[in-house]
Amino acid sequence: MIAAVVALPAAAAAFQVVGDAIPAPLTDVAGDPVRGRAVVAGRQVGTCVLCHAGPFPEERLPATIAPDLRGVADRLSAGQIRLRLADPRVVNPDTVMPAYFSQEGLVRVGRAWQGRTALTAQQIEDAVAFLMTLKEE
Amino acid sequence: MSTSAWCRALVLLLAALPAAAQERRSGYDDAGPQVRAMQDDDMANPAFLWVQQGEVLWERRVGEAGKSCADCHGAVSEMRGVAARFPEFDAARGRVVTLEQRVNVCRTDFQGAPALAPESDALLGITALVGLQSRGMPVAVEVSGAAAEAVARGEAFFRLRQGQLNLSCAQCHDQLAGQSLAGSRIPQGHPNGYPIYRLEWQGMGSLHRRLRACLVGVRAEPLGRDDALLGDLELYLAARAAGLKVETPGVRP
Repeated sequence: MIAAVVALPAAAAAFQVVGDAIPAPLTDVAGDPVRGRAVVAGRQVGTCVLCHAGPFPEERLPATIAPDLRGVADRLSAGQIRLRLADPRVVNPDTVMPAYFSQEGLVRVGRAWQGRTALTAQQIEDAVAFLMTLKEE
Repeated sequence: MSTSAWCRALVLLLAALPAAAQERRSGYDDAGPQVRAMQDDDMANPAFLWVQQGEVLWERRVGEAGKSCADCHGAVSEMRGVAARFPEFDAARGRVVTLEQRVNVCRTDFQGAPALAPESDALLGITALVGLQSRGMPVAVEVSGAAAEAVARGEAFFRLRQGQLNLSCAQCHDQLAGQSLAGSRIPQGHPNGYPIYRLEWQGMGSLHRRLRACLVGVRAEPLGRDDALLGDLELYLAARAAGLKVETPGVRP
């Protein structure tokens, strides 16, 4: 595990990695789990459910690409989830999961998407708040 | 069978396994039974509405030359095998030419007629009709000589992580093919059915249209229709699909 504070070059201003987590929230406004559910379950917003199964009855045929999100709050802390949303490449450089709060290393980004991260800081916080409600134990 | 014969058979079987694991599957094999049934029956396949338009256009004299396709090529059945060899590297132009582009070379250079618009019913109809003549033949594009560099450029693009979602074609269509993405099976992404009737479009479209949808899906900049890299990518995809049977006009979900 990385012990020191790691700061990614382009994302240095945006968040600070400690170990395999971003302990500090990205905004001053506490995450809202209801808005967070819309981010996570919205196919066009967070796009999470394209790859992850979870407690989403509206997804009739669950995705099989990435781990099931049920019980994720039992497995990971809020800070660990925050890093895995913001830039999962810090944890696994080969992951297929997009970095939702980093533009580091991106190429051929479509005109409509240039100059901004896939999710806003507040959307990340809302998604973290929702995912922290997914407990099974 | 003797023990040594069993051993030889086992060795042969094990040697064949990696190849079998990467066996090429047409998108047809990953589609649902209703989609496959539509493609299986030419009377149920909506793409044949475009094929019929293509048949009319094949005989129609156009342009300053007043020539039809048939005036030069004869019956359209003479085009058997052509689509299985496309796209091709055109040495004179120094770039890959797709079947759509080749049809328009005929229009502008030999018929003296304006090029058919991209994704127009006319161009889709002609390419579907020509493609149909190769149905059942294995995809077999030329990849040696001057084409090799174009194939390599196409493959590099296929493997490039790109767009805001930072995904490469290879990650979905090689690495994750067969997995469920949003409830749909990810196909290997072969071009052997184009132009296709796609249920999501409720219409017919070229491979370029499909590639555009994928690139927009990963929030990347789509390739322009005249971008040489588009030809390189289409040539690589055809090389990657070598041996799969042409299904034009295919039906996809």
